[in-house]
Amino acid sequence: MSFVEYSEFIQEGDVAIIFLGHDSMMPIKVQQGAQTQTRYGVIRHSKDLIGQRFGTKVTCSKGGWVYVLHPTPELWTLNLPHRTQILYTTDIANITMMLELKPGSVVCESGTGSGSLSHAILRTIAPTGHLHTVEFHQQRAEKAAEEFREHRVGHLVTVRNQDVCKEGFGVTGVADAVFLDIPSPWEAIQHAKSAMKKQGGRVCSFSPCIEQVQKTCEALAGQGFEEISTVEVLLRVHEVRSITLPLPDFGPDKPLETPTDTRIPSNASVLCKTTTPPREMAGHTGYLTFATKPRIHCLFYLQFVYFGLIMWI
Amino acid sequence: MFEFDHPTVLFYNSLSRRLDATTWNEPIRVDYGERLIHLLSTICPERILNAKETQASTWVYVVGDISYFSILLFLLGILNECYSGSYKSSLLFSWLSSQKIRRETVLMADNEDDDSQQRVNEGDYVVLKRGDIYKAVQIQKKKKTVFEKQWFFLDNAVGELYGTTFEVVSGGTLQPRKPKHVEHAADAKEAGTDNRHILDDGKSQKLTRDDIETLKEQGLKGQEIVQQLIENSTTFRDKTEFAQEKYIKKKKKKYENSVMVLRPSCRILAMMYHGREPGKICHLRYDTLAQMLTLGNIHAGSKVLVFETCAGLVLGAVMERMGGYGSVVQMYPGGGPVRAGVESFGFPPHFNETLHEFPIQHVNALLAGTLDTDAKDIDAGRSPTSEGQEKKVRMEEKRKKLAAAAVLLQGRNADGLVIASRFHPCPVLLGLIKFLAPSRPFVVYSQYKEPLIECYTKLREQGGAVSLRLTDSWIRHYQVLPNRTHPVLLMSGGGGYLLSGTTVTTDTPKVNTEPTSVEEPAAKRVKLEEETE
Repeated sequence: MSFVEYSEFIQEGDVAIIFLGHDSMMPIKVQQGAQTQTRYGVIRHSKDLIGQRFGTKVTCSKGGWVYVLHPTPELWTLNLPHRTQILYTTDIANITMMLELKPGSVVCESGTGSGSLSHAILRTIAPTGHLHTVEFHQQRAEKAAEEFREHRVGHLVTVRNQDVCKEGFGVTGVADAVFLDIPSPWEAIQHAKSAMKKQGGRVCSFSPCIEQVQKTCEALAGQGFEEISTVEVLLRVHEVRSITLPLPDFGPDKPLETPTDTRIPSNASVLCKTTTPPREMAGHTGYLTFATKPRIHCLFYLQFVYFGLIMWI
Repeated sequence: MFEFDHPTVLFYNSLSRRLDATTWNEPIRVDYGERLIHLLSTICPERILNAKETQASTWVYVVGDISYFSILLFLLGILNECYSGSYKSSLLFSWLSSQKIRRETVLMADNEDDDSQQRVNEGDYVVLKRGDIYKAVQIQKKKKTVFEKQWFFLDNAVGELYGTTFEVVSGGTLQPRKPKHVEHAADAKEAGTDNRHILDDGKSQKLTRDDIETLKEQGLKGQEIVQQLIENSTTFRDKTEFAQEKYIKKKKKKYENSVMVLRPSCRILAMMYHGREPGKICHLRYDTLAQMLTLGNIHAGSKVLVFETCAGLVLGAVMERMGGYGSVVQMYPGGGPVRAGVESFGFPPHFNETLHEFPIQHVNALLAGTLDTDAKDIDAGRSPTSEGQEKKVRMEEKRKKLAAAAVLLQGRNADGLVIASRFHPCPVLLGLIKFLAPSRPFVVYSQYKEPLIECYTKLREQGGAVSLRLTDSWIRHYQVLPNRTHPVLLMSGGGGYLLSGTTVTTDTPKVNTEPTSVEEPAAKRVKLEEETE
C-alpha cells in the first residue's frame, strides 16, 4: 500500500480504511497482533486483515461486517486526524486542475496543515514530481513528515518548518505551481514568485474571506502575475430517494354509468425515484484565486541574477 | 565553503545509467533523465541552484564542493538502480535525507540559457488565446488560421517561446510583441464623480464607423485606436474613474488584435471546449471534469478504463494525469475510437504506448471468455492483391491491438473507471464495472440526473459498490477590483452530474439476496458467440 500506488493485498504496516456503512469510516494502521474495536465488534488484524484483498468484506466479532478499503487521498481527506481546518475534495479537485498538476510537477505548498491537500498533490505529481511544503507550526510539520513516511510518499516531499511569509519556501526557481493557504497570502506572493521556474507557472491562494482575496489579488497584480481569477466552488449532493406521492381524488368527472366502473380509489399514490438535497450543506469553504506567472524575459531576468549576486557578495 | 565561480554541475546519462560531476565551466549535454532532479531535490534541495531538463539532457547546478557530491553521486548511482524498480529504496532515501547539510544561501545563477524545449516548433499543437477565448491549432507553415473572425499565418510563431503574445499585422503575419510596461491611456486623471450628466444619446463618440475603419486601414494598432476613441469621446472625461477603466477595457477587447500562443493543458482545453463547443463534450464543465479526475484517483502507474464521447477531452485529461506511466484502455462504441481532442494535448510520442483501445461490442464475449483474439482473419487467404495484402496487414495490427487490450482487461483488475458519454450510463457502468478490481474508485458523468438515479438504484440492488454519491458541482466566478468586488453577473447554470463510488468484492460467505452479476450472463453467452463469428 502506498498513497501513490495501488496494491492488491493488505500488508503489515499499511493504512486501511474501514468502511462501516452510511458514509461512516475509520482509518486504521494494520499491525500484526493488533485489534480494532468497531461498533460491529472486534477486527483482528492478523486474522482478518493481513493477506486479505483490499475491498473484501470482513466479519467482526459481533457478527456485523465491514469493508476494508485501499486508502486514496480522497478517503484520507474524509478520515484524517484534524490538526487544522482542512481542504476538501471539491476544492482540491479544482486546485489540482487549475494549477495544471501532473506527474513530474514540482509544487510548493504552505501551510501543510493536516496534509489533506498534500496527499492529493503527491498522488498527482508522483512518481517524478516533488512537493516542498512549508508549515510554521513545528509540531504540525513533524507530524506531517511522519505521516508522509508512514504513507510511503516521504521520498516525494520535503517538509520545512519555517514561516513562508518571512523565509519563503526554501527553494528558488524550481516550482511549476505554488499553493497558499495562509492567513495573509499577500505577504507570501513575492516568495511564491521566486520559488517558481523562470518559464513561469501557476499559483493558487485559498482564503475564506473576501478581504483577504482583495489584498491577494492586488499583490498578484503588483508582482506581474497574469490571468488573475477568483472562483468559488461548491459540491451539491443529491440524495436518491424513493418517494410515494398520494394522488388527489376529485371524484368522478362524469356521473358513473354503472356502479362497477373503475375509478381511482381515494388512497391511490405514485411511487417515484427522485433526489432530495441534504437539509444542510457546506455553503462556503473559501475563495480560490488563481494566477499565471509569465515567463521572465531575459532582461528582467539578468537584473534579477545580478541583484542576487550583489546580495550574496 | 565553495567557490561560486566553479559550482558543481551534475549530470545524468540515462543510457549508461551514469551520474557524474564536473565543474561549472563545462556543462555537458547528456541524455534525458528526469529522475536526477527529483532525487537531488529530496536529498539536498538547499543545494540546488537550478535544474534544467531538455529533451536531450538534464543539468543540475548545485552549490557545494565537488568531493561532497562525488560521495553523494556514488550513493545516488546505487539509489538510481533501486529507484527504477519501484520504491523499494525508501530505506536508502531516509538515510540520505538524514545526511542533510546545513542550509545555505540559495542563489539562482543561470546565464547560458537553454530554452529549446520552451520554443514553438512546426507541427506542435498549441492553443491560441485572446482574453478568455481559446482555440487549439496545429502549427503549420503557410496555413491560414481563423481565430475570432480574423485570419493570420502562424509561421512566425515557430522558434518563439511559448507564452509569447503576437500582434497581427497587415497580411496576416504575426509579430512578437515586445514586453513593455502597461501604458495607462488616460495619464492625466480627469474624471467625473457620478453619471448624472451623461446622456445616452449616441452622440458622444465623434468618430464614425467609417473613420474607425480608415484608422484600421492606416495600420493603427489596437492601442492607438483606443486612444483615438478616447480623445474623440466627449463624455470620457465626465465618466467616473471606474467607468473610464471599464470603457478602456471594453474598447481594448474590441480593437486589440493580439494573440497569445500557449502550450496546451487539460485546464485550457477543458475551458476551451466548454466555451466553444459544449455540445461536443456533452456539456461537461471544466470543474466537473476536475472532480472526475480527482474522484477517480487518476494517477501515474495505474490501469484506467475510459468510456467517453467527449471528443477525446476526458481521455486526454486522464492521460495527462497518468503522465505516460501505466495504461489507459479506451472502451469505445461503434466502428472506431474518437479521440480528436487527445491530439490537441500534444503529448510526447511515448504516451501513445500507454493508450489501448477495446470495442465495447466485444465486452460480453470477453467476460464470457469466448473472445478469440488468436484467430486469423477468415478471408485472409483469398486476397492476393497488394490492396488485399495491405488490408491484411491492417487487420493483423487491429487484431494485435485487440489482443493487447483484452489481456489488460482479462484480469479484471483495473484501477479506475471513468465514464462520460451520451449513452445511457446505466448499461455502460454495469457492463464495465466488472473489469475493476475491488476497492477501486469509479466515476460516471451524465448531462442529465435521472439516468444516474437509475444507475444508483441498480447498483444498490446489485451490490459490489459502496460510497455511492450523486453530486453536481457549482462554480461562481468573481470580479475582484478595489471597492468593486462582487460575483460575476453571469454564471453557468449547471455542469452536469456525477455518480461516484468505490468497488468492493461481491463474493462473500454471507447470503446475498441478489445473484452476483458474474454468474448471470449464461443466457447472453450464446448470443455473443454468434456475434463474434
